[in-house]
Amino acid sequence: MTYTIEGATGPWEVVIGLEVHAQVISNAKLFSGAATTFGAAPNRQVSFVDAAFPGMLPVINRECVAQAVRTGLGLNAGINLVSRFDRKNYFYADLPAGYQISQYQHPIVGTGTIAIELADGSTRDIGITRLHLEQDAGKSLHDQHPTKSYIDLNRAGVALMEIVSEPDLRSPEEAGAYLRKLRTILRYLGTCDGNMDEGSMRADVNVSVRRAGEGFRTRCEVKNVNSIRFVIQAVEAEARRQIEVWESGGTVEQETRLYDPARGETRSMRSKEEAHDYRYFPDPDLLPLVLDEAWVAALRRDLPELPDAKRARFMRDFGLPAYDAGVLVAEQATADYYEHVARGRDARLAANWVIGDLFAALNRTGRSIATSPVSAAALGGLLDLMADGTINGRIAKDVFEAMVDTGADAATIVEQRGLRQVTDGGAIEAAVAGVLANNADKVAEYKAGKDKLFGFFVGQVMKAMAGKGNPALVNATLRRRLDGG
Amino acid sequence: MRDLTIAAARTALRSGALSARELTDAHLDAIAALNPRLNAFITVTPELARAQADAADAALRRGAHGALTGIPLGIKDLFCTAGVRTTAASRILGPFVPPYESTVTARLRDAGAVFLGKTNLDEFAMGSSNMTSAFGPVTNPWTRRGDNAPLVPGGSSGGSAAAVAARLALGATGTDTGGSIRQPASFCGIAGLKPTYGRCSRWGIVAFASSLDQAGPFARTVEDCAILLGAMAGHDDRDSTSADIPVPDFAAACTRGVRGLRIGIPREYRSDGMAPEIGALWQQGIAWLRDAGAEVIDISLPHTKYALATYYIVAPAEASSNLARYDGVRFGLRAEGEDLTGLYENTRAAGFGAEVRRRIMIGTYVLSAGYYDAYYLRAQKVRALILSDFTEAFRECDALLTPTAPSAAFAQGEKMDDPVTMYLNDVFTVPANMAGIPGLSVPAGLDAQGLPLGLQILGRPFDEETVFAVGTAIEHAAGFTAAPAAG
Repeated sequence: MTYTIEGATGPWEVVIGLEVHAQVISNAKLFSGAATTFGAAPNRQVSFVDAAFPGMLPVINRECVAQAVRTGLGLNAGINLVSRFDRKNYFYADLPAGYQISQYQHPIVGTGTIAIELADGSTRDIGITRLHLEQDAGKSLHDQHPTKSYIDLNRAGVALMEIVSEPDLRSPEEAGAYLRKLRTILRYLGTCDGNMDEGSMRADVNVSVRRAGEGFRTRCEVKNVNSIRFVIQAVEAEARRQIEVWESGGTVEQETRLYDPARGETRSMRSKEEAHDYRYFPDPDLLPLVLDEAWVAALRRDLPELPDAKRARFMRDFGLPAYDAGVLVAEQATADYYEHVARGRDARLAANWVIGDLFAALNRTGRSIATSPVSAAALGGLLDLMADGTINGRIAKDVFEAMVDTGADAATIVEQRGLRQVTDGGAIEAAVAGVLANNADKVAEYKAGKDKLFGFFVGQVMKAMAGKGNPALVNATLRRRLDGG
Repeated sequence: MRDLTIAAARTALRSGALSARELTDAHLDAIAALNPRLNAFITVTPELARAQADAADAALRRGAHGALTGIPLGIKDLFCTAGVRTTAASRILGPFVPPYESTVTARLRDAGAVFLGKTNLDEFAMGSSNMTSAFGPVTNPWTRRGDNAPLVPGGSSGGSAAAVAARLALGATGTDTGGSIRQPASFCGIAGLKPTYGRCSRWGIVAFASSLDQAGPFARTVEDCAILLGAMAGHDDRDSTSADIPVPDFAAACTRGVRGLRIGIPREYRSDGMAPEIGALWQQGIAWLRDAGAEVIDISLPHTKYALATYYIVAPAEASSNLARYDGVRFGLRAEGEDLTGLYENTRAAGFGAEVRRRIMIGTYVLSAGYYDAYYLRAQKVRALILSDFTEAFRECDALLTPTAPSAAFAQGEKMDDPVTMYLNDVFTVPANMAGIPGLSVPAGLDAQGLPLGLQILGRPFDEETVFAVGTAIEHAAGFTAAPAAG
């Protein structure tokens, strides 16, 4: 089903392409040795190269190149063994050299694909046009002084990967799924932390609308959207704006726009006429970037297992449904956690516990998988107590909550609180006898054919046994006593 | 004492016949006497020079001398020098004092050299006359016979060339983007070498046109240039375009002789408009080399006629981008404005001179959307053809001999009306920059008015040794001993 927006004159399709700026994880900047830690005091991570002092020259950081290659490989993309750096010239106070070193004509990574998963369980391949390396600019702070702007160059020169998609996305949901998937891949690769709230991943969103069966109409670029939620909102707001323009007889002009989340609308930033002429030309301070094929092969060999492969393996080896597998691989830490719990145990039961109880507990306590109050080993221990009959499933829920609250392991809690499952036939026999004696009227009703009351008797027995009765034995005993077996 | 060559001064210093302090003081005294007239130095650093000289004397006494211990040099004010104001002869750098030392000057300092000060130049090295300096023109120590009209020293490294010619320094550094070492060397009657692109690190040198800029030495003899280059050259991992190849013993190569070498004479350099004296000197040079045992052959460099036009696209294009950093935000001059654009406009209008502004505009234009293909891209293609001309030529010969400049030094104020006339000064020197090959200017004679003229030797990439050998042969044959009146 193609996603459409209903206009006054009929349905419109939405066409979306994304340009994602992903900050490279590296100790030093792309062309200088200055550090890259987030949150340092202003202008404390600035070399003379970053500040574009006279006579300073860029030298490429090999690790940043490796990160870009790893990312390209993770996106199933071609690696260009020869690429080139160009200067993108424009004046701004937080761009010290008056140009950004970027890759314009010859990027380091060529075409690739990302498979996105949609809510209905379907998947779609989204084309990647290219990935190139470039420098980030500094930050202008306009709110520190009534008449002056302050400049922080800590970010100036930090390596970015610009990852450009084909205009293959067709709905806000797909745009969101693309960003989530891209972020997952980057995090698996360890090439970008994907933290949009810290600005280490930002998206420029290209949007156009069209009637079914048409070619592309003019697009607008919504710049610098900094959360997946806002990307989804911006696509919809911009698409609706364009539909209104077309339907009122106007023409959508190619321009750069900004999304205002407070008002839920986009507004013009600069028109095509005001667009910068960046005067790109090859940076004469840098030689072409030539990669050794063997080096690329070594990077490929050392890639971690990526989400799609892991998901397929979880489905195959652990018998998980696609949805569960997808949820578990979305974060590498979750996948690792799950695998630790599942190994040698009932893997589907382990998946239910991780996706259900654990996620709920993390949500409730505001923790992440990395800081989970229940370790994978501890959750595994709980599953083991269920498997060997020490506790039943109902008690396990209580034990788990106690583990979340206290951090103690399952066995300790079971011992301390005396939650061990009762499998002693005599004790169950006595509890059943007591319940039947106290509910003679219900027993009569049951025997008269009201079968549904069986569950009532089970509940009463378990209650009498403080939930610790072995459910199978309780059931069998009740059957025998009630049905006269 | 100031007439010594670097080679002779080294011997005298090491033998104890001369102290570094005496030698430095003599030069500082001469600068104090002559610089007010010549304006060869923008900044003189006597305290620093004397301290370095004293340290050199101490090192000499210990026997722990380097290649240049105690040798007083001038440093083109395009090299950043830690703690010493660096201007690029522009107002826009204001009181800028670099907190770092350029690789080339650091190497010279490590070799024991004494820095007398920072020499004048065309603003941002853009010029062939030293008339565009924000610190006033440099006066050539040479004058025409019977005429005291002040002459230009050439440019852009005019201050360095004038200082060495006037005996204000034993040697000096320069940079050569289109002829900025060789043309002033020719105008001032001294030797000057533009090394192969990548031979000397560009780190810490204020950039003009990054793909063309190359640092090199000035001295009064070819051998002295070789000694200086030996200390300046070498790989630097802070400059991605610096070549990671060994530095040979350049000075030793000077005495190789030219017997058996094939010297190419590029026929395209023979223009109809060439001054007869230049043509005659060139013929003389050919005869000298032939007499010294070289084989002289005719060579074609078919794309020579496009070199100058191509240069004046590539160099301004790179300059327009390189000079964007002078914006008044972080260092140097700042002229406040209403807003950021006003700050830029006011700062750059106040800070840049007319020639620099002209080249920024040319460069911005040729890189602009719609013009890039017609100018910059085409220029890059022509540049590749120029390089291939030389590559082909060097299959047949070991070095090329040409005139350095189309004229002798001209008077201050001449050729100022039309920038293109000024640009023509670089017609013989620019091709070497476009191709990245080494070029040496050697003083070879005087014109009818008593002004020095140079011949240029061009060599294969990273074969400065052959260039020095041929240059030495010319030098010996010419027996050039003339010195300027001022000095």
